[in-house]
Amino acid sequence: MSRGRALALMVMIASLITPLITPLPTHADPLPSGTGFLSEDLQARQADEAANPGMLWVDEGARLWQSPQGATGASCASCHGDATTSMRGIATRYPAVDATSGALLNLEDRINLCRTRHQKAEPYPYESDPLLGLTAYVARQSLGLPMDVETGGAAAPFYAAGEAFFHRRQGQLNLSCAQCHDDNAGRSLRGDTISHGLGNGYPAYRLEWQSLGSLQRRLRSCSFGVRAVQFDYGSPDYLALELYLAKRAQGVAIETPAIRR
Amino acid sequence: MRLGGKLLSGAFWLLAALGSQNASGAELLPYTVRNDSVPAPLGGLSGDPRRGRDIVLDRRRGNCLICHSAPVAGEPFQGELGPPLAGVGSRLDAGQIRLRLIDQSRISPRTIMPPYYRIEGLRDVDPAYRDRPALDAQEIEDMVAYLRTLTD
Ligand code: HEC
Ligand code: HEC
Repeated sequence: MSRGRALALMVMIASLITPLITPLPTHADPLPSGTGFLSEDLQARQADEAANPGMLWVDEGARLWQSPQGATGASCASCHGDATTSMRGIATRYPAVDATSGALLNLEDRINLCRTRHQKAEPYPYESDPLLGLTAYVARQSLGLPMDVETGGAAAPFYAAGEAFFHRRQGQLNLSCAQCHDDNAGRSLRGDTISHGLGNGYPAYRLEWQSLGSLQRRLRSCSFGVRAVQFDYGSPDYLALELYLAKRAQGVAIETPAIRR
Repeated sequence: MRLGGKLLSGAFWLLAALGSQNASGAELLPYTVRNDSVPAPLGGLSGDPRRGRDIVLDRRRGNCLICHSAPVAGEPFQGELGPPLAGVGSRLDAGQIRLRLIDQSRISPRTIMPPYYRIEGLRDVDPAYRDRPALDAQEIEDMVAYLRTLTD
């Protein structure tokens, strides 16, 4: 083999294997929050506490935080004191596995567990104003802090289930979450711009709902959109999916209560 | 007689409901794929382009403009996830369009375009839509007829 041809061969081999040894993107940069896809007007309303309608629920949550509940007559404040310090950063770590039961809990579930375990009170139903209010109030204490959930150890199987859910085609329209929120983020689906499908603004005030709503309510809308099963509130399927979404949002600042269309 | 009339219309309603369940039930009409095409109309039905246009625009049926644009006036928010439908009638013949509506994934396995005349291999379908295709054979043929008219 001539020198020239050997060189050409080496260059060819190098060009073939280079893509294999180039490090994969590490996702060191956080994905952009859905807020950036809103009109400037809505972004301004979200940022202004006096104009953001979600703050009504946060205020209600602040009231409930102090209110004695259940057979023990304890309030959240009886155990946790001042939420502005004790709850700061908590929402960045949810969903999380509860060490006692081994179950994966989102923030709503954690609040309801405190009600049944410590206040000896009935759990609040999903999407009820008290549960939305307390969830939004607790999450609001992490405003601006980056999401940072645990996905190893006891959380690993839940994370794997959520990741699989996100990537599998579903429903009569046969689309996966990833096909919209990874492959087509930033492009418009009729009037909407598809975001990366992050949960960092939830519970969020959706104009379409005229109300605050949980992340699971938003997930049910996307399932409905592809004519797929809308899993029950609190179902293991959506909980695992919430954990995967929270990891996707690693490093993204909490913006509860966000405004969404 | 009012009561009789009510009973009668009730019975008609039931028959109509059963009929439509049969028409769009688990049994799809058979078809033959040749290369990238289904040359023969489903069930030998003939399509009506005016109805086809309505189905393409109807958000509860085709809802195609969520992903595509089409040369129709008065539709402000048109989709951009799929290729524009303008000119599709000169790019593709009827059989090629038919297969793409039946199941685009036979041509491009990773496509985001939903399969409109397929029931197998779908997962977690909402019970309200289970065991029937997204659109029925007549609707597919109507859309084929309409898309064939989009020649420029
Ligand atoms: C056909 C496209 C499509 C599919 C499939 C889809 N979504 Fe969405 N999703 C949207 C659109 C459009 C919106 C509203 C605009 C936005 O915020 O992205 C949305 C919003 C969201 C949001 C709210 C984001 C925010 O900042 O408010 C989340 C979270 C989400 N989707 C997750 C999912 C998950 C999880 C799945 C799969 C179960 C899924 N989506 C499937 C189109 C889709
Ligand atoms: C969720 C997105 C989506 C929806 C909804 C959708 N399509 Fe598509 N369509 C696509 C994409 C993307 C392609 C490009 C081909 C591919 O993906 O392989 C395509 C391709 C096509 C083609 C072939 C075009 C060409 O020039 O080759 C036709 C015809 C078509 N679509 C018609 C329709 C009709 C009619 C409807 C509604 C009944 C519809 N589509 C709904 C995304 C969509």
